[in-house]
Amino acid sequence: MPEALTSQAATPALSCEGLRVGYGSRVVLERVSLDIPPGRWTSVVGPNGCGKSTLLRALAGLETARAGAIFLQGRRLQAWPRRERARRLAWLSQTAPITDLTAAEVVALGRFAHSGWLAHREADDEAAAHRAMTATGSLAWATRRLSTLSGGERQRVHLARVLAVEAPVLLLDEPTTHLDPPHQEDVARLLREQAQRRGVSVVSAIHDLSLALTADRVIVLGHSGVVGHGTVREALAGDWLSVAFETRVNIVEHQGVHLWRPALDIPPQQGIDR
Amino acid sequence: MSAPRALMELRDASLDRTGANRLTLWLLGCVAVTLLLTFGSLVIGTSSIETSLGWILSPDAQSSVVLWQIRLPRSVGAWLAGALLGLAGGIAQGVFRNPLADPYLLGTASGAALGVTISLIAADVSVGGLAWASKLGVTGAACLGAGGATLLTISLSRGVLQTRSLLLSGVVVAFLLGAITQLMLLAKPDIWRSMQSFLFGSTGFISWSSVGLLGTVFGLSIIPAVFLSRGLDALTLGEDTAQSLGLSLPALRLTLLGIVSLATAAAVGEVGVVGFVGLVAPHLVRETLSVNHRQLLIAAPLCGGALLQAADLASRWLIRPAELPVGAVTACVGGSYLVYLLWRRSRNA
Repeated sequence: MPEALTSQAATPALSCEGLRVGYGSRVVLERVSLDIPPGRWTSVVGPNGCGKSTLLRALAGLETARAGAIFLQGRRLQAWPRRERARRLAWLSQTAPITDLTAAEVVALGRFAHSGWLAHREADDEAAAHRAMTATGSLAWATRRLSTLSGGERQRVHLARVLAVEAPVLLLDEPTTHLDPPHQEDVARLLREQAQRRGVSVVSAIHDLSLALTADRVIVLGHSGVVGHGTVREALAGDWLSVAFETRVNIVEHQGVHLWRPALDIPPQQGIDR
Repeated sequence: MSAPRALMELRDASLDRTGANRLTLWLLGCVAVTLLLTFGSLVIGTSSIETSLGWILSPDAQSSVVLWQIRLPRSVGAWLAGALLGLAGGIAQGVFRNPLADPYLLGTASGAALGVTISLIAADVSVGGLAWASKLGVTGAACLGAGGATLLTISLSRGVLQTRSLLLSGVVVAFLLGAITQLMLLAKPDIWRSMQSFLFGSTGFISWSSVGLLGTVFGLSIIPAVFLSRGLDALTLGEDTAQSLGLSLPALRLTLLGIVSLATAAAVGEVGVVGFVGLVAPHLVRETLSVNHRQLLIAAPLCGGALLQAADLASRWLIRPAELPVGAVTACVGGSYLVYLLWRRSRNA
């Protein structure tokens, strides 16, 4: 399996070179160059305010880069026609928007770039929506208005909307917020499946370090830029997390799983500011 | 569960059976009320001729003219103008993602008023002006004014990307054009008097040709609006998510705001600045039904049409044989409805 993945990784699904993004006078990302391989789940970790969301938004084409370039499947992001791009790249926002539409209507919007104004191949759209809702366990609320769902239920509907796009690149900003631990696990399993079975490039910002380290690869962001980008093993060997968080981050390995262990022996004034 | 059956269930789910039934009932209710109001407006009027069922069935020559050339076009025209305002309001609330948005917030109403004022003054001061104004007509002048105001608002906010600056520019343009209109009217008191009915809103001048114009504009606006309604649905998820779904935000906004200004200009040109219908009609739909934008853009015009028709009837009936300006009636009813909403919300909170 690893051999197959390395050969696939030769052509990045999504990449950026010398990316600089900022708001007003504040530069959030500077000289960021990344290659995101297909068929892998990459998680983006780093302290609050280091630019995880900004990176995902920039890669999704929602922020204007001040310098550098982004390439989707080898072609400049801006060069893609709007709808063709939307079919290849799906983005999940950090805040699950509340709307009066039903869950089924929201998931159907994931097929917006496929069907567009003129409905065509409706059966494909319905099948994709159905698969996505089944995968996220949100089919039971299909007729419910999003405004009547709980935060976690809403999150799963939005996740279904993103999956319904059936894009080769998924950019997910905090896909596990509002979810209870078993459902976080479900989402992690789902992302892994998308990467392994469908060859999708999944990039997700995840706060929970233990969960983030179940991904194939990590991009570790610090306040002064990218600390490192590589496999989970490389990240742990180089202790990138401690560098990024500017404090000792304890990761223990337990039966092949990496777990973040809160270091409670550290006095509060030196603790992690989160 | 077999795949085809599951798909059927999903399709049913997206249709939302009970919701669809409620919507159908609601729409049928609107149509029934409209028919009732049309009948009512045929038998109720300020003219002294007899009003009874028998009279409707066998009118004499004079009543026939009153019936078919005055009351029926007036009633149908009032419905169309209300429907246009309801549609424009529904679109505006979707585009601005604000339930308090109304068709006039781009400065269209003030622009239309200024256009009409200028055409009346031009007709008053010179022969050339009169020829120009009569060629254009009140409706044409109102449409030009409304269109100009919309363009001014959009260029002031430098495009349609920032909703907040669009709203602010709309307010500025409305004030500015309103002030210019007032200044012009100060200089011409006699025109001021004839402008009153326009500024208050009046359904008294609707002819069959007005109905033709309103109907054409209604058809031209509602079809593309319903066609673009899925974009408005996407917009409820936020601008970023909508863009990530492949929606072109500037194109959608420009087209829909164009429809809003066309619909508003036509309605204002024919019945003057009638307030609250465009705000209240979509609101009423959303308060009673949970709808997506396609359903809203069909239901809001039906509701707005019935509302303005009812207001028109009330304006003729309340102080008969005299007539109230229809805008005064909608302002009273619409205003009290909003106060009721506020009261209910503060009680629930």
